Amino acid sequence: MAVISVSNLEKHYGDVHALRGVSFSVDKGEVFALLGPNGAGKSTAVEILEGHRRRSSGNVSVLGFDPGDSPRAFRDQIGIVLQETAIETELTVKEAIDIYGSMYSKRRPAAELIEIVGLHEKADARIKTLSGGQKRRLELALGIVGDPELIFLDEPTTGFDPSARRQAWSVVENLVALGKTVLLTTHYMDEAQHLADRVAVIANGEIVAEGTPESLGGRETSATLITFQAGDFDADGFPVSDASMTPEGLVTVRSMTPTRDVYAISGWAVERGIELVDLNVARPSLEDVYLDLTRDGD
Amino acid sequence: MPNQPSLGRLLWGQTRYQNKIFFRSPTAAFFTLLFPLMIFVVFSLIFGNEYIEELGINVAQYYAPAMAVFAAVSATYTNLAVTTAYQRDEGILKRIKGTPLPATIYMGGKILSATMIAVISVVIMMSIGVVFYGVNIYAETMPAVIVTFLVGVGCFASLGLMVAALVSSGESATAVTNATLLPLAFISGVFIVPSEDAPAWLDTVANIFPLKHFVEPFVAAFNPLNQGSGFDWVSLGVMALWGAAGIVIAVRFFSWEASPGSSRKSRRSKRETAEV
Repeated sequence: MAVISVSNLEKHYGDVHALRGVSFSVDKGEVFALLGPNGAGKSTAVEILEGHRRRSSGNVSVLGFDPGDSPRAFRDQIGIVLQETAIETELTVKEAIDIYGSMYSKRRPAAELIEIVGLHEKADARIKTLSGGQKRRLELALGIVGDPELIFLDEPTTGFDPSARRQAWSVVENLVALGKTVLLTTHYMDEAQHLADRVAVIANGEIVAEGTPESLGGRETSATLITFQAGDFDADGFPVSDASMTPEGLVTVRSMTPTRDVYAISGWAVERGIELVDLNVARPSLEDVYLDLTRDGD
Repeated sequence: MPNQPSLGRLLWGQTRYQNKIFFRSPTAAFFTLLFPLMIFVVFSLIFGNEYIEELGINVAQYYAPAMAVFAAVSATYTNLAVTTAYQRDEGILKRIKGTPLPATIYMGGKILSATMIAVISVVIMMSIGVVFYGVNIYAETMPAVIVTFLVGVGCFASLGLMVAALVSSGESATAVTNATLLPLAFISGVFIVPSEDAPAWLDTVANIFPLKHFVEPFVAAFNPLNQGSGFDWVSLGVMALWGAAGIVIAVRFFSWEASPGSSRKSRRSKRETAEV
């Protein structure tokens, strides 16, 4: 069942076309990531789905509701983690969770949420005394305090240190384990790779690619790159034909059959007693694909 | 949604939450509660609680209710305009808009909280007047005092939200409320006992705006020379009109999100530019 379904979504601000016919759908229990440079339209799309902004045209259904009307029952079933931390700084962590929790018909216990986001030591501290990362984690707790079916995470880990990010990711993984649906926007490719079942790349108000993190932009069918430092490399008898060398001496082999080619190359090197310095076998990363897809957008 | 929290419970929860925020913000609490009290004490020191010939009452008998009104107007008009605009700058209103809390309950909680703060400041002011300055309170005008207070507070709460709806940032809300309230306070008899020597047009200006219609009947209700119940129907009508106009404009122009020009947003776009 589709929790979110969007077809031909358009948004104009006067003559500016922020979204030009965006279509996608997200199933229950899925983590769907929207990637794209600043100003590409991903925040606009998310804000339309959250009910914060009205669309110019197109069909949108979220949990069976039209978010343009944004009725109370709709807002009761979604959780929003905003890009910017926006909480009354005079309240304590526990007070904020209590007051926001009281607005929903279902709610997760405050103590459990504080534990999940790792703020137990700060439970009774005023929010103004929290660090930036701690505020973001509180923001995450407030986004799920109403035990929502669908959670919008707008760049949830921007500014996190690596351990806080891991912690936030495990919170998201727990949500998914509970059958919740997550719409994520992020700048971090490793975050999309780690969390998302499917990703879509938005550039200039259009979806330019969509798929699993593994298959995005033809990643799974593209050539594997085998690289190593040439050293006293001698092309004589080199077993693979599609090889090139940079002036700095980095040899790159583009291979569609990497297992066989690596075997051939290493056999060739061992025979000649050559050590292949910095030998590396890699497919283009999600980041490579992303940068490729969004190059025109910048 | 069978388990949706009741509106009454939500309203009370919001009111308590707004109260908490108010009393934890030293600046707001100072200017609303202590500042009018300070002026009252200073005036009493300067004028020595003398008898005011034109009015037939003592200085304290005039300034205690006048400063009580000033405090009530600060608690509603200034406080609501400034805090609401700052909460919008900080994105708090946007966050609220994304929760199932009905917008009317959020605003209702703010108004109720401001009213409670106004009640507290009026009670403190009048109590100090009675205990330390021999101010008299008259039972027969108490109904008029209460009605005038409630209509006045409703009027200025609605005007506070109107200002919040019309300004683009918390900073301009502060500027607008000060620039409107202080001059009006001077010509409406809050700080200076109205004098016969003032030009007539100044009095006309004061009569157009609602502050004088709050102060004059409220102070008069504490003057033993005035006969009757103390109800001033014209003043109540003027305040009700301003209040109604205020809430209509507030609802028409209110935005839950900061406009692109406000300080928070421009900080944010600077940050984004830096990231690119």
